[in-house]
Amino acid sequence: MNSFMPSTTFAVLLLPFIAALFAPALTQLLKHNAAWILALVPAAIFWHFSGFLPVISAGEVVTGGYQWVPALKVNFSWYIDGLSLTFALLITGIGTLIVLYSGGYLKGHAQLGRFFSFILMFMGSMLGLVMSDSFLMFFIFWELTSITSFLLIGFDNKREASRRAALQALVVTGGGGLFLLAGLLLIWNVTGYSEMSLLLRSGSLLADSPYYIAIFVLVLGGAFTKSAQFPMHFWLPNAMEAPTPVSAYLHSATMVKAGVYLLMRLNPVLGDTMAWHIVLPLFGGTTLIVGTLLAIRQTDLKLMLAYTTVSSLGLLVMLTGFGTEKAIEGAVLYLVAHCLFKGALFMVAGIIDHEAGTRDVTKLGGLMTAMPITFAAALASAISMAGLPPFFGFLAKEEIYAGLWQVSFWGGLLTIVAIVGNALMFVIGFVVALKPFLGRRKLKLGNVHEGPVLLWLGPVLLATASLLTAIFSPMTHRLITSPMASAVEGEPVSAYISLVPHIGMPLLLSLITVAIGVFAYINVARLRALMIYALYKIGWGPDKGFDQFIRGTVRLSFRVTNVIQPGRMEFYMKVIFILVAVSILLPMALFDEWPAMPQWPDTISRYEAVIMAIAAVGLFSVLYAKDRLTAIVSLGIQGFAVALLFMLFGAPDLSFTQFMVETLSVVILALAMTRLRLTPTDHRALKEKIIDTIISLACATAFVLLLLKVTQLPFDTTLSDFFTRYSLSIAHGANIVNVILVDFRGTDTWGEIAVVMVAGLAILSLIRIRTRPANAIAANDPAEEDERL
Amino acid sequence: MTLLVGIFFAVAIYLFLSQHIIRMVLGAAVLGNAVNLLIFTSGRLTLEIPPILTGYETTTGMLTANPLPQALILTAIVISFSFFAFLLVLSYRAYQELGTDDTDEMRFAEPENQDLPPLGY
Amino acid sequence: MRTLIFRTVAPYLASLMILFSIFVLLRGHNEPGGGFIGGLIAASAFAIYGIACGVSPVRRALHFHPMAISGTGLLASTAAGMLSIFFKVPFMTGLWLDIPLFGDSIAVSTVMLFDIGVYLVVVGSITSIALALEERPNS
Repeated sequence: MNSFMPSTTFAVLLLPFIAALFAPALTQLLKHNAAWILALVPAAIFWHFSGFLPVISAGEVVTGGYQWVPALKVNFSWYIDGLSLTFALLITGIGTLIVLYSGGYLKGHAQLGRFFSFILMFMGSMLGLVMSDSFLMFFIFWELTSITSFLLIGFDNKREASRRAALQALVVTGGGGLFLLAGLLLIWNVTGYSEMSLLLRSGSLLADSPYYIAIFVLVLGGAFTKSAQFPMHFWLPNAMEAPTPVSAYLHSATMVKAGVYLLMRLNPVLGDTMAWHIVLPLFGGTTLIVGTLLAIRQTDLKLMLAYTTVSSLGLLVMLTGFGTEKAIEGAVLYLVAHCLFKGALFMVAGIIDHEAGTRDVTKLGGLMTAMPITFAAALASAISMAGLPPFFGFLAKEEIYAGLWQVSFWGGLLTIVAIVGNALMFVIGFVVALKPFLGRRKLKLGNVHEGPVLLWLGPVLLATASLLTAIFSPMTHRLITSPMASAVEGEPVSAYISLVPHIGMPLLLSLITVAIGVFAYINVARLRALMIYALYKIGWGPDKGFDQFIRGTVRLSFRVTNVIQPGRMEFYMKVIFILVAVSILLPMALFDEWPAMPQWPDTISRYEAVIMAIAAVGLFSVLYAKDRLTAIVSLGIQGFAVALLFMLFGAPDLSFTQFMVETLSVVILALAMTRLRLTPTDHRALKEKIIDTIISLACATAFVLLLLKVTQLPFDTTLSDFFTRYSLSIAHGANIVNVILVDFRGTDTWGEIAVVMVAGLAILSLIRIRTRPANAIAANDPAEEDERL
Repeated sequence: MTLLVGIFFAVAIYLFLSQHIIRMVLGAAVLGNAVNLLIFTSGRLTLEIPPILTGYETTTGMLTANPLPQALILTAIVISFSFFAFLLVLSYRAYQELGTDDTDEMRFAEPENQDLPPLGY
Repeated sequence: MRTLIFRTVAPYLASLMILFSIFVLLRGHNEPGGGFIGGLIAASAFAIYGIACGVSPVRRALHFHPMAISGTGLLASTAAGMLSIFFKVPFMTGLWLDIPLFGDSIAVSTVMLFDIGVYLVVVGSITSIALALEERPNS
């Protein structure tokens, strides 16, 4: 890694976050027109990264970064090759359009500034994700995209559906993130590399490692949740609760592609194994079919698109897993094409929703004359989605068929899956693009007209891009496709496919697809009814499962709380003291550190014996005091006995203090007790008494043993000697105790007097402030009654 | 002496385990003394010679009581007194407001038979 | 508890105790005593006075609110600690100054100020607690 690379890239990576900081203020100032300025940010980043195109297309990679925590080999570093560059360009390019589009879509929304802020933050995280070289950075950005998408999906936070969708997305993708973290750590442990760039050069180190399967499963756990693979697909359609710009951006072009990105990124090191070739196509293919079937069922434009997104992601995963050169090229082409057409179609759906007030395809019709520009963009994107020339989607589809078509069972099966999936996507594409615009004008729609320029600019530009990239396919391949495919494949690859029809198997398969598609389009209503019936029969899906999971978690935590916190002080106390006894006694028992039996002191002075006896008597009479006066007095007795003990053992200061404190304690206790109509006697049942006695005796034994052990150890007098020696010379004081208090350990004492003062304040406020509940509790207190009179 | 500390602890903890706050407050007072004595004893005991330097010359090696635990305990006594007073007033106020001195019946913060938290989003 | 004898004796007893507490406070550096002990003695003096003669005479005698005294004490202690900053030594370093007075010299120090602060905090806090508790039944 170059130690100090040009920091422009670093600044560029930070830029979206900085822009997010200023977005709300700017929006306050300029209202929705702030979009024009904010869009400059992604545009500038796009410009910056497009500057890398010549270098990357020459087959080189660019890395850079800073050391972050060198001791742990954690760096803030980036890695630019064909794959990440394409992603970066898509993120920022579409991001620019999305920012503009949001300005139009959420015009006049009270929280528009916040929205801009979120979307820019998301853009920054996504950009960071594809750019990161070090695992840690990758993971952080990965989770950041989950968090920012949570914020964006739940943007409309007043609606429950929105909150649920947001939480669901967070739980699913965040949970996947944990898998990913584990996977990355495992990779780190196995290979010793914490950076993508180094890892990619490690060859088959991972594939040969005994931990391969564990790594494989963990990485897939991350990728599949993020990229909404069946059966974790359910969060993506639900996430359509988000405002349309979010759906267009996160759920077509960027975030959901993060999982695919991860798979493509790791393809050179994790791919080309049995597991990879079987599991990925299996899940991808299932997702493809399930997604399209579910999409047919929907009548909501956005939901239809969402389910086709799920299936497109399935297709991408399938192709990545299939892993032949052509398949990878197909995946790469399809990924780019999908971003272009799906982003455009989502925006179109948003425009229709915005202008006509509904997204239900059965309620829409005849909008062509009212919204010609939108219609043109929609049609172009649908053609691309359907895989018809002259759009980029066509190239992608041809390449996919070329890649999958093999004379083998597996290849044949996947080809059929792809054909069915594509045919159904063909249907959806045209349903979205044609149904709302053609046919008779529905009466309820009223006066619908074309959206403002901020709205239609995005889809139009994306549709144009679909067209241009296809027409100038050699340049597209040279700059984008080939470098990206090479990065995924791990070795140089070049793509050649162009719009010129080439007779062969792929073309034939395309024709079949189109034929099925047209047939299905005509019968779409019947298909939909069939699907609804089928789903009704199944009746249970992962979406409901999620609800049950969340409810179960809440119930479980509730039960656990009830068990460990029953709200009984007695129970807490018992647990605490049992633990105290165990924590002292257990180590002694384990390490055989029992103290030696002490010698009974030969000469115990008479004073000592008497005082100790007094203390003991005081203590026991506290226990058995029948009325409060006895209790108070006996508490005083034991206190004074302690004071005498201090005096005996050479601590006059302590003794005085203890005397005073005990006096005051007795006084205030008496004062308080006269007003508490309490009897200090014991009401407990005998059984409880015995248990409590055992617990307290155990604790006491523990402390006695601890103390014996301590006194039997050699005594370290360093500190005491220090204080004794320097008390006079440094602190000019002969009373060492006091010198320690006010000089050597002054700060401690200072804290302590602060505590005393706070306690005083707390007591004062407790006594003075009284919340008077409206019930009769207060009537218990004689003092209260006096006051009320 | 050690045995006495043990008795202190036993009594304090026994009082703590009671259900009556007033007994618990008494327990807190006793526990304070118990801990003080524990610290005092673990600082070794010497009879009757307070840690005050006689005369104004720097004397070392004189066998005085260990000043360090004494300094610790001195503040501890005052703090535990404030704490004790606070606890006392707190329980007194709790008694006033809640009408009971039995901790089992003090269920204001953690009511019995709580309902499930809301299950929505 | 408000017997005649007690009420008569209490003011004198209290003032004696307060005097003694100041004595204990000041000698604390070289002989048993100090801020904590002194403060407690003074606080019990006020408590006794309060029990004997009621709370309001004590409040009048104190002139300030006990919590204000306590606050002053904390401020004094903090100031004693902070002073050392102006002499570029760490927080709470003791500073000594000999003031010649009547031919003898009296050592004045931030440490002493600190101890006085401790004294005031203890007096203020505990007196206010005691007074607050005494107040109710008599009011």
